[in-house]
Amino acid sequence: MGRAGYILRRLLKGVIVVLAIIVLNFFLIRAAPGDPAMALAGEAGAADAEYLAKLRQDFGLDRRLHEQLAIYMWGFVTLDLGYSYKHGQPVIKLIAERLPSTILLTITAYVLSLVLGVVFGTVAALRVNSWVDTTFTVLALVFYAVPLFWLALMSILLFSVVLDWLPAVGYATVGAGHTGFAHVLDVAHHMILPTVALSLFYLAVYARLARASVLEVSRQEFVTTARAKGVDEGRIVRAHILRNAILPVISMAGFQAGHLVGGTVIVETIFAWPGIGRLAFEAALGRDYTLLLGVFFLTSALVVVFNLLTDLIYTVVDPRIEVAA
Amino acid sequence: MTTRILVRWASLVAVTFALLGLGGAFAQPAPKRGGELHSLMNPEPGHLAIGLSLQVPSQVIGSKIMQSLVKYDYDFKPIPVLAESWTISPDGKTYTFKLRRNVKWHDGKPFTAKDVVFTTTELLKTHPLSRRVFARVEKTTATDDHTVVFQLKEPYAAFMTAFDPSSIPIYPAHLYEGTEYQKNPWNEKPIGTGPFKFAEWKKGSHIKLVRNDDYWKPGLPYLDAIYFHSIPDAAGRAIALEQGKVHFTSWGNIEGYDVARLKALPSLEMTTKGYEMIGVMMWLEFNYRKPPFNDVRFRKALAHAIDRKFIQQNIYYGLGKIPTGPFASVTKYYDSKVDTGWDFNPAKARQLLDEMGLKPDKDGVRLKTTLMPIAATYGEQFVRIGEYLKQALKDVGIDAPIVAVDAPTWIKRMGDWEYDLAVNFIGQYGDPELGVARTYISSNIQKGIPFNNMAGYANPKVDELFANGAVEMDEAKRAAIYREMQKVMVDDAVFVWLLEFEYPHFINKKFKNVIVNAHGNKDDFEAVHMVP
Repeated sequence: MGRAGYILRRLLKGVIVVLAIIVLNFFLIRAAPGDPAMALAGEAGAADAEYLAKLRQDFGLDRRLHEQLAIYMWGFVTLDLGYSYKHGQPVIKLIAERLPSTILLTITAYVLSLVLGVVFGTVAALRVNSWVDTTFTVLALVFYAVPLFWLALMSILLFSVVLDWLPAVGYATVGAGHTGFAHVLDVAHHMILPTVALSLFYLAVYARLARASVLEVSRQEFVTTARAKGVDEGRIVRAHILRNAILPVISMAGFQAGHLVGGTVIVETIFAWPGIGRLAFEAALGRDYTLLLGVFFLTSALVVVFNLLTDLIYTVVDPRIEVAA
Repeated sequence: MTTRILVRWASLVAVTFALLGLGGAFAQPAPKRGGELHSLMNPEPGHLAIGLSLQVPSQVIGSKIMQSLVKYDYDFKPIPVLAESWTISPDGKTYTFKLRRNVKWHDGKPFTAKDVVFTTTELLKTHPLSRRVFARVEKTTATDDHTVVFQLKEPYAAFMTAFDPSSIPIYPAHLYEGTEYQKNPWNEKPIGTGPFKFAEWKKGSHIKLVRNDDYWKPGLPYLDAIYFHSIPDAAGRAIALEQGKVHFTSWGNIEGYDVARLKALPSLEMTTKGYEMIGVMMWLEFNYRKPPFNDVRFRKALAHAIDRKFIQQNIYYGLGKIPTGPFASVTKYYDSKVDTGWDFNPAKARQLLDEMGLKPDKDGVRLKTTLMPIAATYGEQFVRIGEYLKQALKDVGIDAPIVAVDAPTWIKRMGDWEYDLAVNFIGQYGDPELGVARTYISSNIQKGIPFNNMAGYANPKVDELFANGAVEMDEAKRAAIYREMQKVMVDDAVFVWLLEFEYPHFINKKFKNVIVNAHGNKDDFEAVHMVP
């Protein structure tokens, strides 16, 4: 069947997994006490029987559970993710509005942490037990251990309040009317703190993983053989050590890529970044079933896609692995 | 009587405007146009259709765009807005509103009586608060393009206090009639008659309103624009205010522990005025269906076991008033002479519990029960209140572990009567008939419905007094009814009324006229201006 067949089979499995996740989430969300009508009544601080009945009728919550599921799944098949109860708007529209800023933030943080993590980890491993190694190791441990919310708040305190170098919150300077390159610069300025806060944890993960992996591979016999043959040290590192040591990092990177969209609630909340994480969090608090299911669909689909991509990248990096096997 | 009322209102309005005008003329130069006010929305609302829900952030923003027939000063005296005058028939059953003639919707269409009739008879049919008001209306008629007559089934004394712009905003019939209101696209970009027009909504970031140059009050508003920023983290909000990036905050935008620090900043002024219309009270609620909560001695024992001053000083950092009864001090007919007299006296609490036969066991426990505080979603301070109450009750032998739940679960459990002791808070909306009655009248004991009489308290005398108070049009007689009612409820110790909230408004001193009436941040901001 070859690679195409493999991809097709995995995609089909992925569709089944995503559908199963949606059905599971559909019931899980409804198992939580309260419903959107109650949540809206809570925000209003007032309700009566007729008001709640009207809301439930509007949202279709007065139908039996299997009918609600059937309606939702039919909508899903016809690419309609439903209507948000709280926002009174199509879920697809709400997600589409927030997705770009989350992707911008997470991809930047992801690339930054992956590249720097691998570089720092490799350098530390190649100079094992030196001061460079100790410094990187200690920093990685600190970044790994410090809670994200604390790091974020302290970075705001230092760089926004005390030094006044960087904006504390937001995506861009509201009301400044920047356009073109000035807008790009403005957004970049606002991105620095959230990106760094989001990157440091993953940077530590990749650095520690890369260090351990490089150390392990560099002690293999084929590396010693290469050195004995007089191969250039740079080539040994690039072609022999890193090529092999990168596989566990790819596994981790693939795993985390799938979580890019859903794992940003804390950073988006603290830095007031207008992204998907906050949208999902607020949807959960408001029992906004359809919106939450929409975000769950997106995140689960991304996990499936990135897992597949990771396996495919494996075959490129290590030709010994055959996907069709 | 009708003429007298008219003359009285007209005089009052005239004097108020004259005083404002003179004060302005002598005290400071005339305000100039221009400037942008940056404020907050927390949490970001789902939409801005304030006629369809009571989300506070929607109301704060929507009230700059949409307007009602009147609004209210600090004493709930009506100020003309879309109605320029009104008359009340001698029998108190017919209200005739004369509407302004020069008002246009933001899309240029004229505002007419048809809009008022459509809003009050159709759009607000399911509004959780105002539908109760309009259920008392027999017939609503537009006798001409600028006259609306409400014919009530019986006199309703709260009718003229009910037109809070955030509860009864007038909607454009031409954009809503015949549509599915919840899904109407204008919910997101409302068209109103107010001083500010909707301009932009960058989801997750901000909402921008701009000046309505065709506003029906010539020369107003002063500001060019108002921005509402979404900053979900409390620390971020405080920093934005401190750095001058946000000029105005309200409600719980600022956590209690930041209040003293921010209050001391020379760039800011703080006021607790402007919450008169909402008048929020917090109390410890009992589930009357479960003994011993239906025993007044038990309820009074708990009242003496709780140090309400401690809550005010340590959890609310000095903000708020200790209630003297069921009415907030800002609510109409509040009587300060009626006082619970509940001093913090654990010995007295123990004595009352002893008298009831609730003796401590070998571990000192008299009663095992549970305590469900308000969900932390509404604010961190509610967690602290739960912790304090648990400790205070334990000191008198009541073991009440905390049931920690999120907001929808809290509402569901309260509505379904699945609690023993709970902390609750509710707005009183100016008139006891509009915001107080719903909690205490026995006809409001309905399972599955939050924010009604969830405790199951029933006293025929209280029911009768609320019924009489609703239809009594004579102010003095009405005050007497509510005075008696407060006494009865204090004697019953219906709940332990813990605190009347006083939220801080922080205002950057570059701006004036921000808080000017009972609506506070839910006012239209037509006269807000920058210091020249």
